[in-house]
Amino acid sequence: MNRDLIRSLEQLLGNDGVLSSREDLLLYEYDGSVEVARPECVVFPRSTEAVVQIVALSNRHEVPLVGRGAGTGLSGGALARHGGILVVFSRMNQILGIDIENRRAIVQPGVVNLDLTRAVEHAGLHYAPDPSSQKACTIGGNVAENAGGPHTLAYGVTTNHVLGLKLVLPTGEAVQIGSSALDPAGYDLTGLFVGSEGTLALVTEITVKLTPLPETIKTLLAVFDTIDDATETVVDITSRGITPAACEMMDGWTLRAVEAYVHAGFPLDSAAVLLLEVDGLREAVEEQAESVAEVCRLHHAREVRVARDAQERDLLWKGRKNAFGAIGRICPTYYVQDGVIPRTKLPATLRRITEIGRKNGFEIGNIFHAGDGNLHPIILFDARNEDEFKRVVTTAGEIIRFCIEMGGAITGEHGVGMEKDHLMPLLFSEVELDLMRGVRDAFNPKGFLNPGKIFPTSKGCGEIRVRPLPLAGAMAR
Amino acid sequence: MSAPVSASAKISQSRFADIVGPDHVALDPEILSSYEIDGVAPAAVTRPGDVQEVAELVRLAAAENLAVIATGSRSKLGIGMPPARYDVAIDMTRLDHIVAYDPGDLTLAVEAGIPLHKLAAVLAEQRQFLPLGVPFFDRTTVGGTIATGVDGPLRQLFGTARDYVLGMEFVTGEGNLTKSGGRVVKNVTGYDLHKLMIGAFGTLGIITKINFRTFPLPAASRGFVATFDSAEAVLDLRHRIARSALAPSTIEILSPGVAELLYSDAAARIEPAALPPNLLSNTKWALTTGYVGSDRVLARYEMDLRRMADEAGATGAAVLSDDLRAAWVRKREFIPIALASSPATTIMKLSVLPTRLAEMLDRGAAEAARAGLRCVALARGVGVIYFASLPPDPSEESRAKISGATARIAAACSEFAGNSTIPWCPAKWKSSLAVWGPERADFAQMKKLKTVFDPRGIFAPGRFAGGL
Repeated sequence: MNRDLIRSLEQLLGNDGVLSSREDLLLYEYDGSVEVARPECVVFPRSTEAVVQIVALSNRHEVPLVGRGAGTGLSGGALARHGGILVVFSRMNQILGIDIENRRAIVQPGVVNLDLTRAVEHAGLHYAPDPSSQKACTIGGNVAENAGGPHTLAYGVTTNHVLGLKLVLPTGEAVQIGSSALDPAGYDLTGLFVGSEGTLALVTEITVKLTPLPETIKTLLAVFDTIDDATETVVDITSRGITPAACEMMDGWTLRAVEAYVHAGFPLDSAAVLLLEVDGLREAVEEQAESVAEVCRLHHAREVRVARDAQERDLLWKGRKNAFGAIGRICPTYYVQDGVIPRTKLPATLRRITEIGRKNGFEIGNIFHAGDGNLHPIILFDARNEDEFKRVVTTAGEIIRFCIEMGGAITGEHGVGMEKDHLMPLLFSEVELDLMRGVRDAFNPKGFLNPGKIFPTSKGCGEIRVRPLPLAGAMAR
Repeated sequence: MSAPVSASAKISQSRFADIVGPDHVALDPEILSSYEIDGVAPAAVTRPGDVQEVAELVRLAAAENLAVIATGSRSKLGIGMPPARYDVAIDMTRLDHIVAYDPGDLTLAVEAGIPLHKLAAVLAEQRQFLPLGVPFFDRTTVGGTIATGVDGPLRQLFGTARDYVLGMEFVTGEGNLTKSGGRVVKNVTGYDLHKLMIGAFGTLGIITKINFRTFPLPAASRGFVATFDSAEAVLDLRHRIARSALAPSTIEILSPGVAELLYSDAAARIEPAALPPNLLSNTKWALTTGYVGSDRVLARYEMDLRRMADEAGATGAAVLSDDLRAAWVRKREFIPIALASSPATTIMKLSVLPTRLAEMLDRGAAEAARAGLRCVALARGVGVIYFASLPPDPSEESRAKISGATARIAAACSEFAGNSTIPWCPAKWKSSLAVWGPERADFAQMKKLKTVFDPRGIFAPGRFAGGL
């Protein structure tokens, strides 16, 4: 990269605000996905003004610019696909304001998701979107990807909790959109920018809603001897109009992997478990827990266990939220998908996933947000084995096509990024993609902000792409 | 007063008929006048029968540079500025089908022209509903409700349309049929363009299909009303509820004078179901809240609400059963009832943070009193006030009073970091009132979007905020 540019960045941010040596950059060529792309330099701004200056420099030198939070993303959204400057927001990690009475907070993008909850729980509030990586991931990254999490079933995803944003546009202009008070006049710009995967602007301040903590929480673990019984239970709970706060499923394969690592007390010989949570008023929670348990038993749950206390609840959730880490222990590389289907199609889809895996020679694990119909099939493979890698790609393609046939979507919460850009034509026509490109170009006219994301680079193929092999061990998180 | 028929609109009339059939193009002045917006009538009314026809009509309009406004039940055409141009009305009411309904998945896809009350009846058969308890409920189409972004009391618990619209299909200003989002309840595939369509008044696209998540109807519901002597006291109860473990579906605050409005003949014409006598007092502030659940849950609500109302200094409190739905229906129709109560009703929408609600309500009442205007207010607990001034006539004197009062109220709202607009007022006053509120810094960003979606500026020109 141009030495002048690096010198200018160092002048702006100080020497400790810029990384440009090869060894340092290596740390930033990954996120949580199987993608790899190395930036040419990494910068750590501390203010909106600094971000404005960085954008101005990248304009002057015509180099790409990519925003990044904690790098826990699962679609390559925060990778510098075409090189350039990676803007890491970890030093913009201040909570700028908390308004308990009105349940609002203004935060910088580098605030860690769970830290906001910790800062407000003394007042009986929390920040509701809770991605599994919430101990590490940042709210800025959550905004870029419109992140979900287990409790979004009842509480909604990131976009349902964001009221306004301060943006630095790729033209170098800082603007405030949305407002802390409701219903500002005009178009819902906030609704557009949340989930735009860092392709329209860099976000430097976020105004969020805070949510009251429930009076009571009951966590249930329902144990099943067949996957079908578990999925039929989810269908039945949904169609009866019971909305648990969370409804997560883990199949036997996954929970054995998790149990070996977390020791949460998952039954090792079961085919599937549902982790269900109901919350709210004491009176309502008791009734809801009873009806949830009843539906589970109706579908032959061999055991419905209610967490006795907060400790047992935390342990069960620890198992769920650390599942991917647990799987990382047993295999060098895995591929996680994020397809979504109508909840009524869960049993058929899970059966089909098993078949597809078997046909291609894989055992596929499933750990996912069942209540939302948001699947996360996990395919373990060895990236050094070229044949195996090709079969993974085929398998993944067959699964995602089946989701689309069921009336679903290719990503429920991880984002399109550089991982699924080529799948976009399976869901959107060229006219529809052109309209979205038009929106991107209106804000990002030179296209140097997060290039190579969301939109397919070659037109109309819709094929799963075979990539250069990721390095072994990349996924062992 | 009708706008003169433009030459190009005349030329296109036979071509409209080619697209939708001669029976679905209207040129009769009487029909045209029923599509008037603020006194401006279109040169033609078209009634497409499917989405392809909508797209073709827009393509023709784009080619001929004709200004297009999509309409549904026409209950809310009074919101916004008069159109700068208005050649063709596209009446969407023939697109009134349920495209897909999967009750087991709690998802739904409907065409934009379906009347909301008809859809509600279909959902109720499956014991489900959409939380769109909006004003004009018995007339409005789903598309009109979404395009105008009107809110209803249920936003307290369910949020607004942006929180449960899953995807949309719409026609852009170049006549392209496009979509965003999908039919599943969780989806981050591509930009959320459908969120831009909500409340955009048809200035970015014509909505043809909307996908929703639906919600289960509760086992039982109740209401609670408490009355107070001041705005401060009534808001104190609102804040107590907010701090409690209760999560009611609605919380609304009614100013003194709302009772007279809701018990009036005008109200009875709009909503015949009678309001129980003495439910509301005309001299008191009232907080109403609705909640749902089993008997045990309802009992808990009642106990906690009564206690909190006492603590907040309520002068009276009552629990309403399901049978008193009429009370809620009239309240839901507060806006049409206010509009029918004066020939010059002017309604401001004031959004402030909940802790500023009491001050904002008091300031509004003080400014109205200073101008010698009768006023009433209905506030949603989340921080949205509908503030109605009811001048006796649409005279110049009334206009001057309204102009002064609304400007001062809007200034106070800005002082409280709030958002203000004037959704309803007499058409001829609009040029002298801040209909869309103060200029916002982000209008420049919105203009960029307008250029992408409607490059020729044929959709509802001049109607929306910031000249969008």
